[in-house]
Amino acid sequence: MKNLVAILTIVFAIIVIWYGSAYLMNKQWTLDQAERAGMTVSASEVFYDTMAQARPQLPAPHQVFTEIWETTVEKNITSKRSLIFHAGVTLSSTSLGFAMGSLLGIVLAIGIVHSRAMDLSVMPWIIASQTIPILAVAPMIIVVLNAIGISGLLPKAMISMYLSFFPVAVGMVKGLRAPDAMQLDLMKTYRAGSWQTLIKLRLPTSMPYLFTSLKIAMAASLVGAIIGELPTGAVAGLGARLLAGSYYGQTIQIWSALISAAVLAALLVMLIGVLQNITLKRMGMTQ
Amino acid sequence: MIIWAIAAIIFWLAAWIVNIYLSRGKPSRLSRFLIPTLFGVTILVLWEGLVVGLNISPIILPPPSAVAVKFATSLPILWQDFVQTFVKAALSGYIMGCGAAFILAILIDRSPFLQRGLLPVGNFVAALPVIGIAPILVMWFGFDWQSKAAVVVVMVFFPMLVNTVQGLTESSQMQRDLMKTYSAGYWQSLFKLRLPAAMPFIFNGLKIATTLALIGAIVAEFFGSPIKGMGFRISTEVGRLALDMVWAEIVVAALAGSAFYGIMALIEKVVTFWHPSQRQQ
Repeated sequence: MKNLVAILTIVFAIIVIWYGSAYLMNKQWTLDQAERAGMTVSASEVFYDTMAQARPQLPAPHQVFTEIWETTVEKNITSKRSLIFHAGVTLSSTSLGFAMGSLLGIVLAIGIVHSRAMDLSVMPWIIASQTIPILAVAPMIIVVLNAIGISGLLPKAMISMYLSFFPVAVGMVKGLRAPDAMQLDLMKTYRAGSWQTLIKLRLPTSMPYLFTSLKIAMAASLVGAIIGELPTGAVAGLGARLLAGSYYGQTIQIWSALISAAVLAALLVMLIGVLQNITLKRMGMTQ
Repeated sequence: MIIWAIAAIIFWLAAWIVNIYLSRGKPSRLSRFLIPTLFGVTILVLWEGLVVGLNISPIILPPPSAVAVKFATSLPILWQDFVQTFVKAALSGYIMGCGAAFILAILIDRSPFLQRGLLPVGNFVAALPVIGIAPILVMWFGFDWQSKAAVVVVMVFFPMLVNTVQGLTESSQMQRDLMKTYSAGYWQSLFKLRLPAAMPFIFNGLKIATTLALIGAIVAEFFGSPIKGMGFRISTEVGRLALDMVWAEIVVAALAGSAFYGIMALIEKVVTFWHPSQRQQ
């Protein structure tokens, strides 16, 4: 309860600051317009105008939310102007990339835990692979895969995969190594092979680590999907809305795409959180 | 021509066997360095062999040798892009963003109310696709490096803030009580106990921020930039299908990113020499 009050206070403060900055940043345009028209405007008129410009420097919060309302609830879902349609496009490549990335991460982690040669040779390169700003290469991957005939969902999902496999691999290596020597010795006295140890001891122990890294991976693959949509010529998806908005100076459209991306990210991460709670509770791992 | 591909695959198998042999032996500093290096060399050889052997068009995937030649012959352009994107945009944004987050973290640390409110919000924002703010900031701050630095500031701010705030709570009650019995004031206990105890977390934030800074600076250039910079070069050369130049820029980015991360890790090693994860095994 105490936390909620504090959080709400901060959110309220952010909204107040947002309105304040919207007024300050849009004021100049209003004054210029008035001067060109040869009119003088009163302070309250300036304030009202800064809250309702068509292409403001910074749209006021209510403008953004009106735009979101109009493009989600009042538009047909199949319409190209519907934000739900665009969010759906982004969501599909995000989830495909997330699934491929998590799978790759888990497979790599199992390999690394079981083979010392793989641990020593692959692990440093997994870490090094993330110092490469892959998002910068996203346009090339899209164009090249398009050239060899792979287009549509898969190229975007590949970028999400590249971003999301890393946290899963690192987290799972940690998780699969989480059982202590005593537990591993017990498995040995049961004469369990490495496969049985993996299924019955290592995988169950690694679940908390898995879910924590899945959350990071989900956020990362959403970013990957959005960036992947930029070079496809702004056809569909939240990234395309961002790019089209920035080309035509439609600030309200940019902000509404941004907010819906944020909501999408929050929902996806919360979904994993719920799955985590259910799984860990059924496994008896929550305190 | 196919002989190239076969030779590359044979090299791969040989290197794999050597690596298995090396990793069976006693772990030493040499094998720790040799095994990953061999793996990296193998990938390059495999790439070169397959591209040449299977006659893959350089428009789809240029061989490493072509990339190396391009890299060597276009050093002035690469250097100019590096200065524009890394030194001007990424580095200045990194310093401003991390500095601001650090100062804010110390300020909100004094108020438990702000901590309770800001931490969840900060955690939330740190998970968002912050990169989407790039077109807006390009619109506000113009096409030159200032807008890219602004994107970098926004991207590195929240991870750094969350890590620092968490680090500042890391000292135990016992330790804080000890400082009190020494009659240490707020600033003394901050500088002598809580900041040093927070250092592992702060460096964690700083290391995450290195990659984010480079990504932010490059991606922001896709939304408009002057005619130099790594992101600008990548997007225009992709349009011309000059992929060897794109790969040369990727090499620059990878080198800069790894070096940036490496320097941070090195400073961390010096500053937090006392932490268990830094001790020699």
